Parts: sequence; structure tokens; C-alpha cells
Amino acid sequence: MQNNFVWLIFLLPFLSFLVISLFLKPLFKDKPKLAGYVTIAAVAASFILSVVVLFKLLGAADHKLIVPEINWVIIENGVTIHLGLMIDSLTGIMLMVVTTVSLMVQIYSQGYMKDDPGYHRYYAAMSLFTTAMLGLVMADSLLLAFMFWEMVGLCSYLLIGFWFHKPSAANAAKKAFIVTRIGDFGFLAAIIFLYAHTGTFDIATLQNMAVSGMLAGSVLTWAAIGIFAGAVGKSAQFPLHVWLPDAMEGPTPVSALIHAATMAAAGVFLVARTYPLFEHSATALHTVAIVGGFTAIFAASIALVQNDIKRVLAYSTISQLGYMMLGLATGGVAVGIFHLFNHAFFKALLFLGAGSINHATQTFDMREMGGLRKAMPKTYITFLIAATSLAGIWPLSGFWSKDAILSQALDKQPIIFVLVLITVFMTAFYMFRVIFLTFGGTYRGKEHHLHESFSVMTIPLMVLTVLAVGSGFFNLNGGFSSFFGAGETHSILEGLFGIFKEPLPWISLLLAGSGIFLAYAIYSRKWISAESLGKMFKPLYQLFYHKYWVDELYEGIIVKKILMGGLFKAAHFFDTKVIDGGINTFMIQKVIVKNFFAGLFAFDRKGVDGAVNGVAGTTLAAGKTIRKAQTGQLQFYGLIIGLGVIALIVSVFIFSRV
Amino acid sequence: MGQVIAFWVFAVAIIGAALGVVLLKNVFRAAVLLVACFFGVAGIFILLSADFLAAMQILIYIGAISILVILAIMLTREVAFGSPSNKFQIPAFIIAALFCTGVIWAILNTQWQISSVAPGATTTSGLGVKLFSKDGFILPVEILPTVLLATILGAIVLVKDRKK
Amino acid sequence: MTIGLEHYLVLSAILFSIGLYGALAKHNAIVILMSIEIMLSAVNIALIAFSRFIVPAELTGQIFALFAMAVAAAETAVGLAIIISIYRNKETIDANKIDLMKW
Repeated sequence: MQNNFVWLIFLLPFLSFLVISLFLKPLFKDKPKLAGYVTIAAVAASFILSVVVLFKLLGAADHKLIVPEINWVIIENGVTIHLGLMIDSLTGIMLMVVTTVSLMVQIYSQGYMKDDPGYHRYYAAMSLFTTAMLGLVMADSLLLAFMFWEMVGLCSYLLIGFWFHKPSAANAAKKAFIVTRIGDFGFLAAIIFLYAHTGTFDIATLQNMAVSGMLAGSVLTWAAIGIFAGAVGKSAQFPLHVWLPDAMEGPTPVSALIHAATMAAAGVFLVARTYPLFEHSATALHTVAIVGGFTAIFAASIALVQNDIKRVLAYSTISQLGYMMLGLATGGVAVGIFHLFNHAFFKALLFLGAGSINHATQTFDMREMGGLRKAMPKTYITFLIAATSLAGIWPLSGFWSKDAILSQALDKQPIIFVLVLITVFMTAFYMFRVIFLTFGGTYRGKEHHLHESFSVMTIPLMVLTVLAVGSGFFNLNGGFSSFFGAGETHSILEGLFGIFKEPLPWISLLLAGSGIFLAYAIYSRKWISAESLGKMFKPLYQLFYHKYWVDELYEGIIVKKILMGGLFKAAHFFDTKVIDGGINTFMIQKVIVKNFFAGLFAFDRKGVDGAVNGVAGTTLAAGKTIRKAQTGQLQFYGLIIGLGVIALIVSVFIFSRV
Repeated sequence: MGQVIAFWVFAVAIIGAALGVVLLKNVFRAAVLLVACFFGVAGIFILLSADFLAAMQILIYIGAISILVILAIMLTREVAFGSPSNKFQIPAFIIAALFCTGVIWAILNTQWQISSVAPGATTTSGLGVKLFSKDGFILPVEILPTVLLATILGAIVLVKDRKK
Repeated sequence: MTIGLEHYLVLSAILFSIGLYGALAKHNAIVILMSIEIMLSAVNIALIAFSRFIVPAELTGQIFALFAMAVAAAETAVGLAIIISIYRNKETIDANKIDLMKW
């Protein structure tokens, strides 16, 4: 019973959520600061408890704690659902990540969200998010995990759309919710599928079944791929990555906490949590490795040319999450989670730094920045260190985990290894492009009083800097890996310098260094003009700049053309032509041949030529004719449903006879 | 024989009342005919030896739903607007007719496995045992109040006058 | 002549189709809601008929019908609330004029 306190870790932020929304919001409207203090106190208490848990875990056998569970729903001869917590080394690390970053972000928000009218709402949602995220990392059954999984999704929606009066924020929130929903469907399907085959939601039991081989073959593979689909949605892996860059419409501390350090990494966590299921299915593991490796280079290439500082960071996050997936697939839990651990700190720091810059310049557009080094020295130093860490320079934390992933990838997936090696170069380049554009040179923006941010904002930056430098040292003696039961410990000096006995670190350092040098040459010294380079590689530049036209593909082709243009228009024609006594061929010719293939052809031509206006034009023109099918009249939709039911009845009777 | 006569009487009454609901121009009369239709359905339930459900049908449908509908008619003052048909009249008729034919054809062409066991004299205690026993339907019974609570809250929020 | 399962099912199918026609072809939203109630009643008749003729000892069809009734009551309450709030905002309950989902 002594471990009951673990429940408090996620109940405390929940309490803070209740207090803020039910008590502070109605009664203390004029004292918004209170909401912030309540949240900070609750998260700080959770942080202290997490530290206690971590130390207990270090001492415990197998690095596992037994927490008393609560029976929730019991039906004899039926479903029994427990509410339980699973506390092992993975949970311990995730608890540290979530509570630390959350605490820093809550403190920082005191400055960033100052005087915002939605202050209460902001802290209520942040508390709820922290609750859900902590619950997710501690849940012992897939069902419970799924509940918290959806809760984080909800909070993400609420916080992306925090400034809902801006249409762009409202749309981004909807997009994030709908795109992740596609992946969540896979996760839910996998849960139900596993339950149907094993009769349990319990993660530990499922892990044992996978290890002992009771769960194997195609069942295991499909279940693992379903879970991975959920992870792809939440962790914004290709092809469901489109929501994360748009999610930058939310307040910057939200981006730091949710869309970089914790929720976006939840997908990686989920794969790590159910890792035995992946480990025993080569297909699933290959899928994870390929998606991860491809996403890493894909997103990094987009980040090269973005002008919005938060979008660069967003694509960088997607790319780094791809690294983590690759690390999981090739090196196991320890390698992937080590990168998650390091990445959480330096990426949160980068986002908070970007928020601090925005506070001074009122913009996120790097073309209107420059020369901020003098005005904002604290932000500059912390941002520089985080960027160096992300670029993977020895001995900062990013170097250690990235190197581990690279060496594992070289062993197991040599083709993907080459891709991620190029990504190392790209990462260093785009991060230092940001540095030189933002802090170097002279100020290019409108006349504005540049100033350093409040100390309530810079202090969290400094704390995170210490972590961004130091978090990599946890594995110097192999301690982090052995905590996950992999590898043995060795001396610290051996860890610090011994790595240079291999050629690989030299190669990756060389690539990162040349990336930095190239950025220096282009954006600081201007030896090479960025414009002429852009002209030289125009097709590539256009490809990256327009993010491979994935958004246009989804919106223009799949939603507008295939769904609305094809199906709905077909329905419309069906109504007017068939019911009013018309001809079918007309429909086929006009809808399928003309719209769909013409759309594809147009996309191809425009895509290659790089004229995105054309796509928008055809989309508009198509939309004008297509929208007539959307009459908005429920009874028309009901009529179509009736037709569908009749078709079902007829086909059931025809085919059941055969 | 009595049952046969009762079935036909109820069946004709139900279909007549239902047609009235759909075809009458006066909304209020349609609502009254809806009550008649529900009474007929309750009679059919009794013929099917579902005595408890027949009572529930009268309580819920006639006692609650019909009254609610009539109240809504009065609140919206739309009796004068009547109940005209819209432009989907013909397609809707075709679809309903096709559906009816399809389902009846399916019913008549299926080999039903009729059980010869006689139904119990009363169903109330049997239903109670089924609903509340541990290996019965206790989970749905527990979920249903949540649905109803959400409904009540939702209905209140929807009709609350925001202008105040 | 005895009344068998088919009689009840055919009655149910006819009643359902009448309700379907009403739900699709009427202007007045309240009439549409009443038609939906007729459809639900028709389904209940079918469920109870199955219960009576196929598993008389089990009563499962009746339990299903009981739940259908409870949900129907909830549906009516919310449906009428929506109609009343639309009427307040748009001064009409003509389903053909309520096309906010258009485009």
C-alpha cells in the first residue's frame, strides 16, 4: 500500500484543473494570476513525486513498482476492466520528461500569456493536458491508455484553437483533430482486435504473450501495425504529418509542451510501451523503421526552406520523431527513448526561445528578424546551445542519442542509414540558418523596441539549457540503457571519449560541421547568395518550399476531387439524371474521366512546373460545380441513405443465395 | 380465433393511423393520430405476450413522447403551417415502396426457426432478473442513465434562452 | 388461420416504410420527428415478434426493445429541443429551409 502516492502524480494536475475551472474562474475573475500559481504548484508537486518514483525505481528489483489497482467495471462472465498503473523504467523516464517540461512551460507561460483574456482557460487546459499525458504514460491497460490518448488529443485541439477568433487557429485545431483521428482509428481497431484474440487489455499480459509466442503471426503483425498507425497520427509521421506544422497556430508554450516535448512524442512512447509486440514481428519493425527514416529526411528537407521560425522547428520535430521511431525499430526501447528524453529538453527550449523572440519582435517571420543577439543575450545563448545540441555536436545531449541511433541503423537498415546521415547534415544546416537569420546580421523588421523577455521567461530557458547540455550524460556510463535492461555500465571517461574509436561519430560530426559551415557561408558571410542557390536548385527549392504539395494533395485531390468531385457529384448526378430519368454514361464520362483524371493530370503538370496557383484555380473552379451536390438538406441525404439500404438488402439476398 | 381478429383490428388501426400521421395536413390531428398508432402498437405487444413492454409503450410513448410532441407543436405555433409535402415526394415514395417490397420479400423468403416453446404468462419478473442480474444486462442498464443524463443536460442547454 | 411471425414482420415492414416516407417527404420538422417515432415503433414490433417466436424463453428481444424505447425517448427530447431552438433563431421549422450544412 506504500506506493499509493503514485496515483497523486496525475490526480494533482487534475485537481488543479477542477479548481481552476469550477472555483477560480467563476469566483476570482479579477485575479487571473491565481490560476497560474495553482497549476505550477500542482505540477511541481507531481514533479517531486516523479523524482521519488524514479529513485524508488532505481532501487527496485527489475526496475518495477507495484501499485495497488482499482477495479472499475466488473461483470461476472463478462468484461472486467481494471484501473491500474504500470510503473517501470519507461514510465519513470517519461514522468520525468513530462513533469519537468510541463513545470518549465507553466512558469514560462506566466510571462508569455500575461494579460491574455483567456488566462484561466489556458491554465485549465494545460492542467488537463498534464493530467492526461501523465495518465497516458502510467496506464497499465490499452483501454485506459486509449482514454488518456484521446484526452491529450482533446487538449491539443483546445490549445491549438486557443485563439479561436483567428480562423487560421480554428482551422488548424480542426485539422489536427481530424488528421490524428485517422491514426487513432487504427489504434482503436488494434485494441479491439487484440481483445478479440486474447481477451485482455492489460499491457503486461499482452507483452508476455508476445514474448512467449502465444501471440504471433499475422495477428501480431496487424495489431502492431494498428498501434503504429495511432503512433503515426500522434507523432506526425508521414503521411499524417500535415497537422503538426499547422498546430503552430497555438500559443508558443503550448507548441513547446504539446507539439514538441510530450504529446507529439506520445506515439513514440506508445510503440516503446508495446515494444514486445513489434519485436516479434519483423514486418511491423520494418514498417516502423522505414516510416521513421523516411519521415526524418522528408521533414528535414522541408525545414531547410521555411521562413517561419516555428514551422522550421515543427518540421524539425517531425524529423526528430522519425529518428526516434527509427531508433526504436533498430536499437530497441533504450535507444529510441533516450533520444526522446534528450529531444524533449532541447526542443522545448528551442520553442520557448522562439516564443521569447516573438515576444520582442511580434513576428515569427525570420525575414523580419536579425541582429537580436545584442538585444536578447540570454535568449541567444540558450537558443544557440539548444540548436547545437539538436545539430548533434559533441558533447551536447543530441550527439549521444543521435549517434546511438545512427550506429544501430548502420547495423540493421543500411539503406535508411544513408538517408538519416544526410538528415544530420540538413539538421545542422537548418538550425544554424535559423540562428544566423534571427540573431546574426542587422535587424530587418519594422521599427520596434527590442528587449529581453521577463525573467519569469528566461529562467525556465536557463534551466532547460542545463538539461539540454546535460541530459546526454546520463548514458555516459551506460546507466540509461541499463535502466532499460540493455547493455552494461562502464566508466564515464570511457563513455565520453571512447566513442571516438569508431569512425561513425567522426563522419556525423563532420557532416554536422559542414552543415553549420554552409549555413554560416550563406546566411552570415553571404559568400554564396541564398537567392542564386534557390534559382540553381529551383525544382528542389519549390518542392521543399511547398512541402512536397502534400497539403494540396490531400485537400485538392482527395477531399475536393475524389470525395466531393467524384462521389458527391456522382450522387448529385444520380439524383438529377437517374431519378429524373437520365443516362449513366454521361455521369461516368463527365465525373470520372473529366474531373478525376483531369485533376490528376492538372496536379501533375502544375506540380512539376511548380505553379501552385493553377492548382488553387482548378480547385476553385471544380468547387463551384461540385458544391451543388451539397444541398444541406437532410432529407436529400436521407433519400440517399434509403437507396443505400435498399441496395444492401438486395445484395445480401442475391449473394447469400449463391 | 379471438387473437386473429384482434391482430387484424390492431394492424389495420396502426397502419391507418400511421398513414394519417404522414398524410394529414393538420399537424395537431397528426399528433393525435400518432397517439392512436402507439395504442395499436401496445395492443400488438400484448398479442405478442409482452405485457410489461405494452405498459411501457403506453407510459413512455403516449405518456411522454406524444405529450412532448404536442407541446412542441404548440410552442412553435406551426399548426397553421401545416404539413405539406416537399419536392422529394415522388422519390421518397419510390424509395419507401422499394424498401417495403424488398423487406417483405426478404421476410417471406427466409426460413425462420420458429420455437415451439410457449411464452411465460408474465414477463415482468423475467425481465427484471435479466436486466439486473450479474450475468445479464447490468452494464447496459448502468450506461443508459448516463445517456439519459446527457440528454437532459443537452436538451436544457439547447433550449436555454441565451438573450438574458 | 393463425397469426405467425411473418404477419408481425410484414406489419412492421409496412409501418416502417410509412414512417420512412414521412421522414423523407415532409416539410414540417415535427412531422418528420413523428415519422421517426413510427419507424422506431415498427422496429420494436419486429424485435418483440422475434423474441416471442424464436426465443420465447430468453426475452432478449424484449430487453432490446426496452433499450430502444429509452433511447427513443432521449432522441425525441433532444430532437424537439433542437427544433425549438432552430425555431427561435430562424422563425421556421421547415426542414427544407434549414440547410446550414450547405457547402
